[in-house]
Amino acid sequence: MLVLEKVDAHYGKSHVLHGVSIEVRSGEVVGLLGRNGVGKTTTLKTIMGMARRTGGRITFEGRDLHGVPPHGLAGLGIAWVPEERRIFRLLTVLENLRTGLDRAGMTPERREALLEKVYTYFPILKERRNQAGGTLSGGEQQMLAIARAMMLEPKIILLDEPTEGLMPRMVAQIQEIVHALHRDGVAILLVEQNVPLTLDAAGRVYIMEKGAVRHHASSAELRADQRVIHEYLGV
Amino acid sequence: MDQILVQTLHGLVNGMVLAMVASGLTLIFGIMDIVNFAHGDLLMLGAFVGASVLGVTGNYWLALLGAALVIAALGAVLQVTTLRPLIGRDPLTTILATFGISLVIQKYALWQWGPSVRRISEPVPGDFTLFHLQYPWYRIATAVLAGLILGGLWLFLKYGKYGIWIRATTQDRVMAQAMGIPVPLVYTAVFAIGSAMAAASGVLFGPFAGVTQTMGFDFTLRAFIVVVVGGMGNLGGSILASIFVSLLESYAAIVVSPAQAVIVSFVVLVLTMLFRPTGLFVPTPK
Amino acid sequence: MGGLDRAPHTSRRSGRPGKPGALLYVTPRVSALSSSSTILETKALTVRFGGLAALSNVSLSVARGEIRGVIGPNGAGKSTFFNCLTGVLRPTSGRIVFNGEDIAGLPPHTISRKAIARSYQITNLLPGATVLENVRIASQSRRHNWSMLRHHRAYRDVIDRARAVLADVGLAGKEDELASNLSHGEQRNLEIGIALATEPKLLCLDEPTAGMSVAETHSTVDLIRRIARDLTILIVEHDMEVVMGLAQTITVLNYGEVLAEGRPAEIQANPRVQEVYLKT
Repeated sequence: MLVLEKVDAHYGKSHVLHGVSIEVRSGEVVGLLGRNGVGKTTTLKTIMGMARRTGGRITFEGRDLHGVPPHGLAGLGIAWVPEERRIFRLLTVLENLRTGLDRAGMTPERREALLEKVYTYFPILKERRNQAGGTLSGGEQQMLAIARAMMLEPKIILLDEPTEGLMPRMVAQIQEIVHALHRDGVAILLVEQNVPLTLDAAGRVYIMEKGAVRHHASSAELRADQRVIHEYLGV
Repeated sequence: MDQILVQTLHGLVNGMVLAMVASGLTLIFGIMDIVNFAHGDLLMLGAFVGASVLGVTGNYWLALLGAALVIAALGAVLQVTTLRPLIGRDPLTTILATFGISLVIQKYALWQWGPSVRRISEPVPGDFTLFHLQYPWYRIATAVLAGLILGGLWLFLKYGKYGIWIRATTQDRVMAQAMGIPVPLVYTAVFAIGSAMAAASGVLFGPFAGVTQTMGFDFTLRAFIVVVVGGMGNLGGSILASIFVSLLESYAAIVVSPAQAVIVSFVVLVLTMLFRPTGLFVPTPK
Repeated sequence: MGGLDRAPHTSRRSGRPGKPGALLYVTPRVSALSSSSTILETKALTVRFGGLAALSNVSLSVARGEIRGVIGPNGAGKSTFFNCLTGVLRPTSGRIVFNGEDIAGLPPHTISRKAIARSYQITNLLPGATVLENVRIASQSRRHNWSMLRHHRAYRDVIDRARAVLADVGLAGKEDELASNLSHGEQRNLEIGIALATEPKLLCLDEPTAGMSVAETHSTVDLIRRIARDLTILIVEHDMEVVMGLAQTITVLNYGEVLAEGRPAEIQANPRVQEVYLKT
């Protein structure tokens, strides 16, 4: 469904992605692992049109994303949950959700239903719905960021390090949510540094280093033989 | 004593009109970082259009509405043709662009309407008696009208679907795009809204001092001062600052001549920059 | 699962073809300059931003002539540490002693005069100036000369020094190129050159190989080895191969605290460090 073919990207002069080829099929959870600075976030940003793609192709459901304006991706079914979460801090929780909820073709009934569904996933957001986004704790903001993406009823969510900086209890909650989204049929490209969570949630994993994909295997294989993990993610 | 009361009224009324002008300016700056040097000229053009519509229809309200709509459309066209291509470039280029627009508008107005002063007659006739003084009703009406328009703007931004789009885009343009919000369109809409506010202010202010090509300049200057004092991009702050500065100026006019009272606004500006550079009405940044 | 590409699994421990005994097998260099006299010491260095401790009780000491690696996951405090050393940040508590002097809280230009230099993660050059000019300007800051009578001679000194630095960083043939025309890797090396031109005793390198290709990385590692002869170097890196190959001692930071310290082999074998990096 989402295919990156030999993608190169530059930030100014810096050549940050080298021939990256990644595929996420419909309904799949695919992991993207690697240490800091290897280009995982850059890969997501290139899909979202934020880094300059200088080589290769990115297609979604067969359609080349070249020339699609950044605000057109949501309409195609691609949602993004960035590493820094990027909650609209001065908007309330509900208003944050409305940025995705108020789309063309959304009837009041569908909106209510979607909102209720998200509130069942994240009851704390219902409680805090009239609070400003900036007053939420880190874990709550992460949940809001994911809920906001769900408002777009996406086909795929680009999920960037959702567990970074969170307490173990929240990490477990995020894991639950990823499972639930998967059950719902949403595809996820999961960028993470948390290896066990990724191996548990994803069926396949790509491992990156220095801007390129260096390894690609099923999580079962990686679980069975941890040497590769240690080589690319350890010290 | 009645002097103070009259000056208070003056200050409030002028403050409300200034608030309308400043809101448009701060909205535009807050969302797209554009310092709109043509803002006062849009006000002036709005006043002239309003005067023309009034001349044809004899109806003040049509004049107000007509001016706002025409200038909103003009603002949208200007943004798309001259400012959108400059997005992402050095901010100096947009400053030069708006400055250029300002000059063009001024000369156009001169060419179109000639150098004589136009009149916009008061929408509400008569004065009311305040102690021994007569105070024109229309000035109060202007302040009330400005208040209603600002209130409407606030409601729109707070509760409207597009209001949320505007606020989200102002806070984080990139994330707004990722949520499917058509940011280029939002930019154009905000510029149009800001222009409409300026035009409406021009028509509202018309009865006060007549409509001339240079009426915009005074407002531009004061609006910039007030936007900085209120906190750049802070809508509530610029409204409060407008009233605050206008009141101070009015009170100063009791002691010195009105022409000299203008100094007050500059003094407030300098003090703000020295002691609270993020704005007087902005909560202290942590 | 069919159709999965798996890159050939070459163990890095065996070195690269064509480059036998690669980075990992460099014998740690014994400093010719000193016995283990300490050039830099931090004592209980702490930086708090509101309730958040970016650095917590960081105590370490760096020997003169050493290459010290500083590693750690995102947000561990590595950049904060550098910012304290170079005067960009004032620590909340604790001491920093450089060459016997307390430097905690001093402003950046004063610290620069005390011979600590730093290269940044984000390239920080004068793009409109030539390569030589970039380095010369840095060099002039060390050879300040107000006298107009001696001006001409001092000028040549500075240029010679700048040229020597360019040779050190492998940019000797490119003096008259505009800095903005260099490749990314060359620009990063130029940055190191600029830092070098200020004649530091301690050079802090902040992710010098970020954004570089494998070839550029190797060339920068060689560069760092060359210049390390007369200097003490502190290097923050995410590229494990670079750090393990260059540093004699490695300090691991995690959540603002020192998690472990030791020789590269020890660090690699340390289970707590493994845990932190593998987030088990």
